[in-house]
Amino acid sequence: MGWLPRHGRVLLRFWSTALASQTEYLFNFSVELLAMAGNLAGSWFVLSLFFRHGQQLGGWRWEEALVVLGAYTLLDGVATTLLRPNLNAIVTLVQNGSLDFVLLKPIDSQFWLSTRLIAPVGLPQIALGAGLMLWAAARAGAAPSPLALASTTVLLLAASVSLYSLWFLVAATSIWFTKIWNATEVLRNVLVAGRYPISAYPSGVRSLLTLVLPVAFLTTVPAEALLARAGSHPLPLALLVAAGLFTASRLFWRHALRFYTSASS
Amino acid sequence: MGTNGDAPMAAGAGSIQVQGLGKTYRVADKLPGLGGTMRHLLRRRLRDVVAVRDVSFSIEAGEMVGFLGPNGAGKTTTLKMLSGLIHPSTGTVRVAGHVPQRRQRSFLQAITLVMGQKQQLIWDLPPLDSLRVNAAVYGLDEADSRRRIGELAEMLELGEALTRPVRKLSLGQRMKAELLAALLHRPEVLFLDEPTLGLDVNAQARVRQFLADYNRRTGATVLLTSHYMGDITALCPRVLLIHGGQLVHDGGLADLTSRLAPCRAVRLDLREPVPADAITPFGTVEQMDGREVRLLIPRERLTEAVAGLLAHFDVLDLEVSDPPIEELIGGLFRQGGRP
Repeated sequence: MGWLPRHGRVLLRFWSTALASQTEYLFNFSVELLAMAGNLAGSWFVLSLFFRHGQQLGGWRWEEALVVLGAYTLLDGVATTLLRPNLNAIVTLVQNGSLDFVLLKPIDSQFWLSTRLIAPVGLPQIALGAGLMLWAAARAGAAPSPLALASTTVLLLAASVSLYSLWFLVAATSIWFTKIWNATEVLRNVLVAGRYPISAYPSGVRSLLTLVLPVAFLTTVPAEALLARAGSHPLPLALLVAAGLFTASRLFWRHALRFYTSASS
Repeated sequence: MGTNGDAPMAAGAGSIQVQGLGKTYRVADKLPGLGGTMRHLLRRRLRDVVAVRDVSFSIEAGEMVGFLGPNGAGKTTTLKMLSGLIHPSTGTVRVAGHVPQRRQRSFLQAITLVMGQKQQLIWDLPPLDSLRVNAAVYGLDEADSRRRIGELAEMLELGEALTRPVRKLSLGQRMKAELLAALLHRPEVLFLDEPTLGLDVNAQARVRQFLADYNRRTGATVLLTSHYMGDITALCPRVLLIHGGQLVHDGGLADLTSRLAPCRAVRLDLREPVPADAITPFGTVEQMDGREVRLLIPRERLTEAVAGLLAHFDVLDLEVSDPPIEELIGGLFRQGGRP
């Protein structure tokens, strides 16, 4: 069996069992859906405060800033669906020694750890984020060409890969430091900064969010592409950042496994 | 014999060679209390702990070998090095022709590790769901995996337990389902770490029977650790004994018993009571209670002494036994000595 059909079949099994175990906890699903809706309403309200008197935020109008919020909501949906359930579980797997079972399987351990679970509660959030982006872009008067739509999609995919890679890099350090819950939370809170256009921040913070943590590439850059605000072509750079971070996550995981001592029995 | 047309494994395919294997962990010592924590943060005191030291042995394909030792002797660390989970500090290992820590796909397809105290089955779902995941991961097609699940479930007498959520299974059923999950891909080498831990006597016996059948049918190599000597005596003609990270015995279980217990116990039931000094020339009298005598006789003098006892006294019954192996090994570990 080739790589793709084999991994496709594995993914199908992974997700069908993950969905089956979640149907055991339907109440939990509804609570999470409510929490997600409340979160979006909160962000909308905070953003509206900035624009109460018709000002602009870092050169962005209200509707344009909503496109950024839409991109953030979409990425947060990706995080809820795939990243949070899988990558936060790595810490637990290392702590209780169940990582052993993953490492004993004849399949790429990073693939297993990154795709094993799925939380469908994030899927409506992804749809909501995409809808908000398109609606707000139309309100802002932008009429995205098919090319702009395609490049926004690619930029959002690259953003997802970058976010995943950063998160995985942090989670992988649990091989050494088994208590890294706080580290992933810090990462998540930094990414919350991506709710607002990057130019709204003071220049020092802006450099940090562009050069050190590529928050700018996650939300502002895709929003700019959709609004045709981008002066230069950000696509190659965003792809380069995503590819670089992804490669780093793979190399780092391989390195980390050399230090795995396996929780004692 | 292979089952249902599965060919037995190629000769030597499941062999294990270990040479000078060692593992040293670097651990940080921390004193109790806030002061200790602060000192720990500012200046870590690291020290090396040797878990396994210079262990060498080799196991032929198809052998069933018991791996004995007290807690912390290095058994699990050794098994984890053999299965490629952790990297050895020194020495070389080859399992089924592979270097384990490279974790090549063909190696992982050829081995399995069962850990009595850890589980891979998904807690909220029936074992069948986890088995389907494993089948996909090991690249088994639907028909093949269904056939293997049916076959192993029958050997393990699992029946309808496969369709009940794991959390609702008894410990024995869960362990058997874990074994099924671990053997679905028909590995050549089985590393079993306490596979009967916590099971009742009946469940232990069934698991033992299953392992013996599995070994006979597939020719798989088995390296087994257990705290229950019953597992070892029932399954393993050969044992490795590890203590303080070092291998202290590699050979037959009977050899180990004779090394640990140079004497055998003889119980006599006599028609008439006799004075103690009449018995002492034949061995060390341990207990004398009227017509019943218990004495210890060195192994090399056993035949001669028993013949003498039968010739000199009117013996109604005579029984020769070894002290229980648990007691012998337990005694050895308590002394902290070598056999």
